[in-house]
Amino acid sequence: MSTVAIIGAGVAGIEAAHVLASNGIKVKLFEKGASALKNIQDKAFLFPNFQSAQEIVTELSAKLLSDNIETFYETEIINLGNSQNSWVLTDKSGHEYVAQAVLVSTGYKVFDASRKEELGYGIYKGVITSLDMENMIRYDKIVNAVNSQPRNIVFLQCVGSRDEKVGNHYCSKLCCVTAVKQAIEVKKRLPQCQVSVFYMDLRMWGQGFEEMYRQAQEQYKINFVRGRISESASTFDGRLQIKSEDTLLGLPLKMTADLLVLMVGMEPSTGTTDLGKKCNICGEYGFIESLNPHIADNKTAIEGLYVAGTAKRPMTVQDCINDGRSAAVTIQDSLRTKNQSSNAD
Amino acid sequence: MIQKITLTPFNSFVIPFMAGVLFLLVVCIWKYIRWIRLFNEEQRAVLRKNWISWNIFPAIWEMLREGLLHIRIFKRNVVLGIMHQAYALGWFLLIVAGAMESMSAVRHLNSDNSPEFASELISQGNWIAYSKTDTPATDILQNNPENVKIHYKRPLHLAIFYRYFLHSNSPQFKNAKFYANLMDALLLYVFLGLTLAVIKIFRSRLMGMRNTTRHTIIDRFSKMSLWCIFPLRFLAESVTASLYGNGGFWTLSLAKLFDPVIVEGMEMSLWLFYSIMLTIFFVTMPFTRYMHIFTELFLIYFRKIGMTECNAKSGYSMFELNACSRCGICIDGCPLNRDVNGHKVQAVYLIRSIRMKERASVIRTMSTDCLMCGQCSIACPVQIDIASLRKIQRNKGAIDTRGNYSYLHGMRSPFNAMGRVAYFGGCMSHLTPGITTAMEQIFNAAGIKYWHMDHHATICCGRPLEQQGFFNQAAELREKNKRLLEESGAEMLVTSCPICYQSFTKEYKLDIPVMHHTVFIDKLISEGRLTVRHGQAKTAYHDPCELGRGMGIYNEPRRVLEAVSNPQTVKLERENSICCGFNLGNTVLGINDQTKIRNAAIENLTESGAETIATACPMCKKAFLHNTKQPVRDIAELVAENIILEN
Repeated sequence: MSTVAIIGAGVAGIEAAHVLASNGIKVKLFEKGASALKNIQDKAFLFPNFQSAQEIVTELSAKLLSDNIETFYETEIINLGNSQNSWVLTDKSGHEYVAQAVLVSTGYKVFDASRKEELGYGIYKGVITSLDMENMIRYDKIVNAVNSQPRNIVFLQCVGSRDEKVGNHYCSKLCCVTAVKQAIEVKKRLPQCQVSVFYMDLRMWGQGFEEMYRQAQEQYKINFVRGRISESASTFDGRLQIKSEDTLLGLPLKMTADLLVLMVGMEPSTGTTDLGKKCNICGEYGFIESLNPHIADNKTAIEGLYVAGTAKRPMTVQDCINDGRSAAVTIQDSLRTKNQSSNAD
Repeated sequence: MIQKITLTPFNSFVIPFMAGVLFLLVVCIWKYIRWIRLFNEEQRAVLRKNWISWNIFPAIWEMLREGLLHIRIFKRNVVLGIMHQAYALGWFLLIVAGAMESMSAVRHLNSDNSPEFASELISQGNWIAYSKTDTPATDILQNNPENVKIHYKRPLHLAIFYRYFLHSNSPQFKNAKFYANLMDALLLYVFLGLTLAVIKIFRSRLMGMRNTTRHTIIDRFSKMSLWCIFPLRFLAESVTASLYGNGGFWTLSLAKLFDPVIVEGMEMSLWLFYSIMLTIFFVTMPFTRYMHIFTELFLIYFRKIGMTECNAKSGYSMFELNACSRCGICIDGCPLNRDVNGHKVQAVYLIRSIRMKERASVIRTMSTDCLMCGQCSIACPVQIDIASLRKIQRNKGAIDTRGNYSYLHGMRSPFNAMGRVAYFGGCMSHLTPGITTAMEQIFNAAGIKYWHMDHHATICCGRPLEQQGFFNQAAELREKNKRLLEESGAEMLVTSCPICYQSFTKEYKLDIPVMHHTVFIDKLISEGRLTVRHGQAKTAYHDPCELGRGMGIYNEPRRVLEAVSNPQTVKLERENSICCGFNLGNTVLGINDQTKIRNAAIENLTESGAETIATACPMCKKAFLHNTKQPVRDIAELVAENIILEN
């Protein structure tokens, strides 16, 4: 009987665990935090169908209730060793676990917006990140710096993505549509509030995204401005003054806003970078590199070590679920081949 | 009747030497006159006013100190210092002692007035005798030896070829043996320098240099002639010594190894080669890096009497350009050499390109690709004003932007800041609101009435334009800012940005005091107007280029940091601090190279285990913030976090 160790109980990890378990494979699921699905629990609604994130959490959590899945919370795997067809995983307190294959699904963290000091995150109360906004929407409490109803909200795209100065040249892929989603959510709750989205270019790549974008402009009258915000400053009444350039009009632009929402990009989580470095499977920017993006996207350069989800690159929840399933199938295939060959011996 | 005859030493091998000396003299005088004529009005005024002043004495002192002793190089690396000193001081003393030796000898010969000795010299064929009368000097000497007054001439070459011209039964004047030994000792000293120079080719690290200059062919050729001069002199003297038994301890010890019969035929050719090598060196000198030998002395004099560079190439620049010895000490510290590849733009190369009149596009590329961090100016043992030389090359005065700032014409100070401190955050502080908010907290806590200029109206201080060569435009901005400040009635100006600070201090000439915020905070703390708590954070202070090397402010920020945190030692600090890589001086450096330089700076800062990087420049702060896991704080922010408010 084979055992598969999965590091990280996020969307991809749980989905993979579920598929493996239902095929009769023992799964050991390790999670650094006290509970699973930490990242998705921050969310209110998911694009493109505005489904409640809580529903997804409930459904995924239910998948953990399998006899074949053993979950270890507050267990941070800090070392991986490969010896004679099996893997030895060591956690922080020195316990060792043995498995025949390891799936790394250690996920992402969001970009630390205070690194872009000119935007004022952590300095002005009115500057928040997309995660803060998600929470405001979730608890239906969209307020400005002085706890009153905002009249003007500005979203800024690409904070920490596509930014060579901070060293992240890549696109985080889902912030564009997230901003559109959040802008619509704001408008649903505060129809009088003026909402603007500052962007470099909007990448509406997924099914239903373009329609949402159109809906945002036509139905919700959300103002889309092509241009980056260069700096923000506080005004005397605690609001924000932002400076930008409307690059379509070619004019400098000053605007007073109650809230500036920074659409922070995705970076590999510390666990991803640490494990990646330890096992020498680190790719660009600290994400884990898969063996081949087309035909072996769940395999890594090391046999028996697999990868799924946002540990690899920025992904949506949809992508993560698919990738988790695909990883499970890949692992199952290779375990079967391995068993057959050892039986033949 | 006493007849006078004159004896002068001559051999055909002195002809190239004399020609070389003459050539060198003519070319140098011609060049120096030309450069002095190129002085601009300001420099001429300085020369007219100060050409004789008390500053001559410090100038002479510095000429001795740096022209001969090379104390600055010594301070940098002892072995390198010995090498340079052995060349300069050794050769200089060799000339001085040689002159004294020949002087003593000739004085002795004149007073000795021995006709036998004179006849012997003449018979050997190396001294030419002549008289003022029609009778040939040799006849006078033979026919009337009692009544002859022999006058020995002492031309320049006698000192240089002394051992050749006065060898057999050398006149035993007082101290003759001492001089012979002294000359040998000095030659040995020069040889020490020569040996070190050869070692430096292979092991420059022994002399604290990771990189050395890549010289041009003519420079190498000239260097080879210089390197040959002393061994040839030694060989020639030794051969002469083996034939006639003259010379000092060292030449004699080599002479003992020679068989006089074998080496006799070589004597003349060795002295000739020695002469030719001297000639090659003298002829090439004005066109190679060795022009620095005399030029440095002029430069020291001009600098001491108060001459400076201006915005255009002038006679003074010519002296600066030619005073560079291409020693290459500036190369190692340059961030564009140390941390990135492919930027051969260091001061030594730029100065050479300008001096050698390379293509304008080449010079422009070189002068533009520089962070202006000032690392090279600190390293330069000649203290050439490299930043100004570079700025001159960047001059974009020809670009007409009149009207660009017309929208600022009506700008008036909207605020009566009479009796207040004006706070000028600067453009860069707009991008680091953490610093400006911290400063506001500090002003409030210390009970200081201030006027935050950025809230109303501020314009760029002009220095970024100035650095890029837009001199007229920068002046225009300065004019407007100055009026704004004067109209406001503010008593003092505090700025958070070292770039602005340098500009306001050096270029504005304001009537009110100007302070960088670290100096201001230090003053507040020492005067007891601001009470701070000693925090526990382990910090490492990064000296910003513009504040440290630019303005010489090193102690105040350290004192403040000491008061609010636990500063750790940093390997390269103060004037050796590494630029953050994002200095506005360079607008062409790519992000990858900038990142490499920044990472080197971060590594230097965090090596000692510091948790927080502390700096005093918004530019550096932004650079570090973008790529480090460590928190980066301005000193003002660290102070604001640790203020103890009193009632």
